[in-house]
Amino acid sequence: MSQTTGKPILEVNDLRTYFYTRDGVVRSVDGVSFSVSEGETLAIVGESGCGKSVTSLSILRLIASPPGKIVAGSIRFHGEDLLGFSDEQMRDIRGDKISMIFQEPMTSLNPVLTIGRQIGEVLELHRQCTKEEVRRRILELLKMVNIPEPESRIDEYPHQLSGGMRQRIMIAMALACDPEILIADEPTTALDVTIQAQILNLMRELRDRTRAAIILITHDLGVVAEMAQRVVVMYAGRKVEEANVFDLFEKPMHPYTLGLLNSMPRLDDAASKRLVEIPGMVPSMRTEIVGCAFAPRCSSASERCTQESPVLKDHGNEHWVACWNPVLVKANV
Amino acid sequence: MSMSIHSSLNSSDWSGRLFRVSHFFKDQLPALYKRYPFAVIGAATLILMGFIAIFAPYLATVDPQAVTPLNRLRPPSWQDWFGTDALGRDVYSRVMYGARVSLTVGIAVAFLSTVIGMSIGLITGFVRWLDPIVMRIMDGLMSIPSILLAIALMAVTKASIENVIIAITLAEVPRVVRLVRSLVLSLREQPYVEAAAASGTPLIKTLLRHILPNIAAPLLVQATYICASAMITEAILSFIGAGTPPNIPSWGNIMAESRSLFQIAGYLILFPSIFLSATVLAVNYLGDGLRDALDPRLSRRM
Amino acid sequence: MSKTANKLLELKNLCKHYPIRKGILSRISGYVHAVDGVSFSIYEGETLGLVGESGCGKSSVGRTILRLMDPSAGEIYWKGERIDQLTRSQIRPYRKEIQAVFQDPYSSLNPRMRAADIVSEPLRNFEKLSQAEGRERVRELFALVGLRPDQMLRYPHEFSGGQRQRLGIARALSVKPKLIMCDEPVSALDVSVQAQVINLLGDLQKEFGVSYLFIAHDLAVVKHISHRIAVMYLGRIVELAETAELFNRPSHPYTEALLSAVPIPDPKHQRKQIVLGGDVPSPINRPSGCHFHTRCIYAQERCKVEEPKLEETSPGHFVACHFKLNT
Repeated sequence: MSQTTGKPILEVNDLRTYFYTRDGVVRSVDGVSFSVSEGETLAIVGESGCGKSVTSLSILRLIASPPGKIVAGSIRFHGEDLLGFSDEQMRDIRGDKISMIFQEPMTSLNPVLTIGRQIGEVLELHRQCTKEEVRRRILELLKMVNIPEPESRIDEYPHQLSGGMRQRIMIAMALACDPEILIADEPTTALDVTIQAQILNLMRELRDRTRAAIILITHDLGVVAEMAQRVVVMYAGRKVEEANVFDLFEKPMHPYTLGLLNSMPRLDDAASKRLVEIPGMVPSMRTEIVGCAFAPRCSSASERCTQESPVLKDHGNEHWVACWNPVLVKANV
Repeated sequence: MSMSIHSSLNSSDWSGRLFRVSHFFKDQLPALYKRYPFAVIGAATLILMGFIAIFAPYLATVDPQAVTPLNRLRPPSWQDWFGTDALGRDVYSRVMYGARVSLTVGIAVAFLSTVIGMSIGLITGFVRWLDPIVMRIMDGLMSIPSILLAIALMAVTKASIENVIIAITLAEVPRVVRLVRSLVLSLREQPYVEAAAASGTPLIKTLLRHILPNIAAPLLVQATYICASAMITEAILSFIGAGTPPNIPSWGNIMAESRSLFQIAGYLILFPSIFLSATVLAVNYLGDGLRDALDPRLSRRM
Repeated sequence: MSKTANKLLELKNLCKHYPIRKGILSRISGYVHAVDGVSFSIYEGETLGLVGESGCGKSSVGRTILRLMDPSAGEIYWKGERIDQLTRSQIRPYRKEIQAVFQDPYSSLNPRMRAADIVSEPLRNFEKLSQAEGRERVRELFALVGLRPDQMLRYPHEFSGGQRQRLGIARALSVKPKLIMCDEPVSALDVSVQAQVINLLGDLQKEFGVSYLFIAHDLAVVKHISHRIAVMYLGRIVELAETAELFNRPSHPYTEALLSAVPIPDPKHQRKQIVLGGDVPSPINRPSGCHFHTRCIYAQERCKVEEPKLEETSPGHFVACHFKLNT
């Protein structure tokens, strides 16, 4: 695990991103707060629809507006609120100080531009370099992400590369300007498991080398365990638990986190173990949720849970839980 | 095996039906209007035109064919609402009757070309060896401008509304075939069509149950555009004398006869063209609204 | 798994290759060898898991068994009868016995059909039922998969992903098949819903004794539901064994690498990762000899030249490798 200095460089406070559709307001992110320190890897975990991707897009102000809108909250990068930045200021930030890699390497690269042109574009936008310097830096980046024969790859097109290689190109593009924060939105979900292992390995190496902080968005708890130092668990647009990675897996306190851990099929389980289900489904985000969003599916739900929305409470060692009846015993993992 | 859904739909209870009708006008119509204002306006206009077409004999003030030379070229007044033409015929009555021709041609062409085009398209989508042959024929037809094609066909037959309909239909069919064929080709790859095959569904049932309902929406939208196009084509054909026979008033006809007089009696062209434009515009609005409403990508779910 | 149980399906050297046509005259420039000599059997009441990464041919195997595509070579036997040579119409009666659940819950159901009609389609293809009988059967099926009768008349878009997959399962069950081919049935579902569907499949097997061919890329999922597992790489089976045996003593280098690559949700777990270099080769230009030799950390000269055959190293455990591990 890489070292973090503990100094927060990004502070998200009570972020609310809503989407105004014809059928109602979808509260994708509904009051989420967290911070990322220098060199730290923070994982945001949740299932589809929980708002984790929208959170990351909100940080870079990439929300399509209309229908989306960041209605409240602040996103402070080195103390300055990104939500107050002009479009030009945000463009300076994107790709340079904070960069992002996306889930689908197949469609995130422009099919009609060569690899060299695409990586070069990032460099040309943010750095004043000569053509030779740009080419040198591109080769350096390609070597850094372990692309074989970089000199010939520079002039190739995305369709000539495999999925794993395309994801490496994306990582190279994202790291081109030595960003302080790298946001990785489900970077390995679309990849085969052996390729995923390669990419995660690469990300760990690069993290140690460049000291960039990483915000890792994923639904895979195995990836979280391998990569993250701190974990934020989201459900229905809200943060339900936050802890360092060891505490989260050893003593999860929120019933949802516990349910998630128990319902996951694991390689180290006995083969015939029956999975523990979480009954019901994720609530529709279109209606306003009164009380705890997880209450209808929760076995520990009480009267209070259906009426009052739980508040985040620190249970020691920076382990935050939003629950009226948190699980206080050690989970059998 | 059908499942009867709501028992109220099967009821022959008149009070129930009246309730639903008033419910429609009170609640659903305003909501529809809010969402698709132009489509609702278009639909209302079309209903009005249809009304005119059906009740033309009652709406017309005089016989549209009645020639009264003494009343030639009268401008619009309280007696002749739209004026009279060079033969003294009442323009207003002719325009009312003209609605019949335009709407008949428009709807008939839309219906026929859709049915014929759909049949051919379904066959070429599934019978692979027929595909190249049929498509080359369609490509050939499409490379001739539809107006010229219609004129050519009219030139070899006598002028009548039926022949106008057939001529325009022939010109519009290739486009429908192309649309249906591409839809069928993409639908064939859909997992649920594969699932139907795995369930043992024979080909004909697959066509009826799985393919047809899923091409109905784009076809319907296309049909509205064909209707608009056909109405204009009929007007053009009549304008150049290759369309509806001159004794039957059509909006194109009326304009054709007064072609040379438009500088002194502009109203002769003005009224039929207003009606034609309004109808075509209404059909286009309706088509756009249908397309927006039926397009699954614009569906509510996020 | 008791071998005295009936053998339902048997594949012998199944092959499927697609010609690649290039140029104006559509000349064949090569073949995609999707399936390259696959043999296995499935017995009554068991689940055979078929795992591998993208391009290994596992989906093609499933489709070929269902005759959604025709095999290029090899033999398929159902209860001892050869079925790979039958025409489409001759195959129809067998569709009562072999059914399928597909991967994408969003596109494997006709969006314009009601749930009850979707679920009863296979039934209606084979049996003549009255309206009331049909409704009753659908009601039973809905109850079996955990759906309510009031949902029978809804359209697919009104259901969640997990519920749609249940509909797919109900559809497959409607004709009481002996074997259900499940092609990545939970890959598109959220984790908490995956567990529901996996448990449902297991329960249905216990109740009805139906067999599954469970095709997936997620090893942890496959472990939970399969009795035996076959690992595929580039169109061939490289290892086949009972589940516990495969996970405890993997004998093929690819299986070993695959197992080590799966992230374990335990931050304290010591990773003994074998990170494979390079990418999966293309199924068009496959490496000579053993297909895996280009990425194998144990590869020797022999591997580049000689294709290893699937051999039984211990009862029920088959490996295709010249230098089997852990034996």
